[in-house]
Amino acid sequence: MSKNINVALIGNPNTGKTSVFNQLTGLKQKVGNYPGITVEKKEGICKLPRGVKAHILDLPGTYSLNTTSLDESLVVELLLNKNDKDYPDVAVVISDVENLKRNLLLFTQIKDLKIPTILVINMADRMDRKGISLDVPAMEKKLDTKIALVSTRKNTGIDRIKELIADYKNVSSKPLLDPARISPAYFERLKKTFPQNDLYKLWLVITQDVNFMPIEKKRIKDATDFSTKSKDELKKLQHKETVLRYQLINNILKDTYKVDFLAAKGLRASLDKILTHKIFGYLIFFAILLLIFQAIFEWSSYPMDFIDENFALAAEWIKATLPPGVFTDLLAEGIVAGIGGIVIFIPQIAFLFLFISLLEESGYMSRVVFLMDRLMRPFGLSGKSVVPLISGNACAIPAIMATRTIENWKERLITILVTPFTTCSARLPVYLILIALVIPEGSILGLSYQALTLMLLYLIGFGMALFSAMVLNKMLKIKSRSVFMVEMPTYRLPLLKNVVYTVIEKTKSFVWGAGKIILAISIILWFLGSNGYSDDFQNAETIVTERIQNEGLSTYSKNYIQNNIASQRENALAKGIAPNSIEDSLRTLREELTERAVAQEIASYKLEHSYIGQAGKAFEPLVKPLGYDWKIGIAVLTSFAAREVFVGTLATIYSVGSDEEETIKKRMAAELDENGKPLFNLASGISLMLFYAFAMQCMSTLAIVKRETNSWKWPMIQLGFMSVFAYLIALLAYQILI
Amino acid sequence: MATVADLRYGQRGIIKSFSESDFPVKLMELGCLPGNSVELLRIAPLNDPIYINLSGSHLAIRRSLAQLIELEIIEETQPK
Repeated sequence: MSKNINVALIGNPNTGKTSVFNQLTGLKQKVGNYPGITVEKKEGICKLPRGVKAHILDLPGTYSLNTTSLDESLVVELLLNKNDKDYPDVAVVISDVENLKRNLLLFTQIKDLKIPTILVINMADRMDRKGISLDVPAMEKKLDTKIALVSTRKNTGIDRIKELIADYKNVSSKPLLDPARISPAYFERLKKTFPQNDLYKLWLVITQDVNFMPIEKKRIKDATDFSTKSKDELKKLQHKETVLRYQLINNILKDTYKVDFLAAKGLRASLDKILTHKIFGYLIFFAILLLIFQAIFEWSSYPMDFIDENFALAAEWIKATLPPGVFTDLLAEGIVAGIGGIVIFIPQIAFLFLFISLLEESGYMSRVVFLMDRLMRPFGLSGKSVVPLISGNACAIPAIMATRTIENWKERLITILVTPFTTCSARLPVYLILIALVIPEGSILGLSYQALTLMLLYLIGFGMALFSAMVLNKMLKIKSRSVFMVEMPTYRLPLLKNVVYTVIEKTKSFVWGAGKIILAISIILWFLGSNGYSDDFQNAETIVTERIQNEGLSTYSKNYIQNNIASQRENALAKGIAPNSIEDSLRTLREELTERAVAQEIASYKLEHSYIGQAGKAFEPLVKPLGYDWKIGIAVLTSFAAREVFVGTLATIYSVGSDEEETIKKRMAAELDENGKPLFNLASGISLMLFYAFAMQCMSTLAIVKRETNSWKWPMIQLGFMSVFAYLIALLAYQILI
Repeated sequence: MATVADLRYGQRGIIKSFSESDFPVKLMELGCLPGNSVELLRIAPLNDPIYINLSGSHLAIRRSLAQLIELEIIEETQPK
C-alpha cells in the first residue's frame, strides 16, 4: 500500500475527467465522503507498467484554485497540505481540446504549486471535426510538462497516461508564473515577513477561504509588521493574476494550437435552437418528464412486485423452516421485512439516476437549467433546483443527493428543505387506498373524481414546495457568494460505462445511507409491536381463545368466512359439480379459515396491547380532533419510518391476514366509529391524505438531510415545521368537512 | 456604453471593461477578459438568462451579471 503513487485527477467540469477516472481504475473504485463534509470522494487503484500501482483520487471539478464552493475549497485544501495522506506525488490535469485555453488556466495554477504536473488533453477524437491542430512536442516544451493526447470515447491514450504517471519522477515541478509579477511591492513584503514560505502558496492561503491551515492563516493576521490588504484590493490583484496567466497561455498557444474556424461547424447550434426553443423546448422537456415518470411508476412496478413477493416468500420460508421463537420472528418480521423495505426502492432509484445521468452526460441537463431558471427565480431557486424537485416525485432521498450540483448554499439548502413536500412514490399506496375508500366514483368532464383527487394531491405537494421555498427565501439570512453561471457543454452521446457507474454508485449510496436507518427502524418497530408489558399482552392467546369460545369470532371474521365458503359453493355449482360431493372440502376450508381468523384476532389483540398499541391509545386524544381513532394513530406513528408502512400497519391491526389491497380496503370500509358511522369518511379521509401530503413521515429523508447539511439543526427544523403544519391542515380539513 | 445584456441574436462584441470590485473572478477565468469576444447565441424563452459564447466558453448567465460587462458591439446581426 505504501508504495502506491498518489495521483490526483484535477480538471474543469465537462472535460471528461470522470471518464478518464473510470478508464484508469475500472470498477476498482470507492466512493465515500470527505470526513465531516458532504463532498463526494472518489478514489481507485490503477495498475501501472512495471508492476507499480497508483492510488487515484478524482478531485471535484473546478475552473481554478479561486474557490467559490465547498467542492473547490477541498481541492485547494488538499493541494496546500503536504501532510495530507492523499497529497499527490503527481497531479494529472484533464483538459478538453476544444477549451484548451481556459483549461490551461487551472494547469498553470497547479504547476505553480510545484507539484509534478501531467497534462491530459482529452476528446482528441473531435480535433478533426473542429479543425484543431496541435504541436504536442512544442507545447510540452513551452508548458514544461508531459502531455497525453487522449480520447476516452475511442479508448486511446490511456496507456500513455499510465506510463507518464509511472515515470512521474521525470516530470518537471518547476512553476510557470512568478507570483511577484502580480504585485511586486506586495509580494516583496510577503517575502520579508514569511521568508520560509512559498509565495504562491501563501498567496492562496491569503485569498482563499480555506478552512485548513488555521495556524498559518492566524500567523498572517498576527504579524504586526504586516497589514493584509482589503478584500477589494485583493480581488483586484486576483483579476490581475488571471490576466497575467492568460497572457502566458496565449503566448504558449500562439504557435502550438491552431483552429481552422471554417472547418468548425457543429451540431450545437441547430440542436440548441430546438431544445431551447420557446415552445418546442418546453414540449420536449415535458415529454422527457413523462417518460421518466412512466419508467418510475410503470416499468419499475414489475421488479418491485417481484421483490415484494420474494421477500414475503423468504419471510414465510424462514418462519416455516426455523424453529419458532423470538429469533425467528426477529429474522422474518424485523430483518427480512426491513431489508425488503430498502430493496423495494432500488428499481425506482436506479431508473431515476439512469435518466438523470443520461441527460447530464448528453449535455441536455444544462439546457433544462437554462430553460427553467427564470421560472424558478421568484421562489428563490434557480434552474439548478429543477432536477432535485422533479426527482422528489420519485423519492426525496436521491433528490436531495442531487442538490449537490447547486453551488449556491442558500439555494441548495432551500431546495433540500422543500423537496420532501413533493409527492414521492411512498405516498402513493396511502393515497390510492384512501381515495378508493372516501372519494365517490363518478366523473366531471370525463375525468373521474378519484383521478382528479390524485392529480390535485400531486399539485398540492409541488405547490407547497414552491410556496415554502418562497417563504424560506425571505426568511433565511444567508449570504452566498456564488453567481449563476452554467456551462453549456457540447452535445455528446452518453458513454455507457459512465452511465452504468453512476447508476451503481448512486444506488449503492442510497442503500448504505438510507438503508441502515430503514432497517434499524423496522427492527425497533417490530420489537415495539411484538412486545408488551401488560398482562393483557402476555396472556393474549388465552384471553382471545376464551372470548371466541364464549362469544364466537368477530362479526368481520364470521362474514369473511361465510362469504368465502358461499362463493366456493357457487363456483362448484357453476361448474356443474354436485354440491354434496364438495361438502368435505368445504368443511376443511372452513376449518382452515377459522384457524387463520383466530390467529389473526390474537395478533390483532397482541398489537393492541403491545408497546405500540399502548402508545397509539395514549396518542388518541391528539389525533381525535383530526377524525382518527387509536388504530389510525398507531399507523400514523409507525409510518414515521416510511409512509407506505401505513397500509401494512392497518392490515395488521385490523387482523386482515393478507396484504392484498382489496381485502384491506374492504376491512377499512367496514370499520365504524363510536357513533356507528364509517370511520373512513370524506372528512377523515381527506384529513389523512393532507396529513400525508405535508408531514415529514420519512426517517431516511431526515438522515439524508442530516448528512447533506452536516448538522441535526436543519432536519429537526424540517421535521418540526412539516409535522406541525401537516397536523394543523389536517385538523382544519376535518373540522370544516365534518 | 453597451453591455453584454444589450446584445441581440448573433451579435458579437469585444469586452472593454467591467465594474471591477465585485465582479466574479470565476467569470474572468472562463474567458471574460478585456479584448476577448462575446457572441450572443440564445435568449431563454422568458428573456433571461442569456446563452453566450465567451471566447470559446459556452455559458448561460443572468442578465444582471451580463449588465456588468461593458463591450463594444462589432458585428451587426446578419440579415436573414
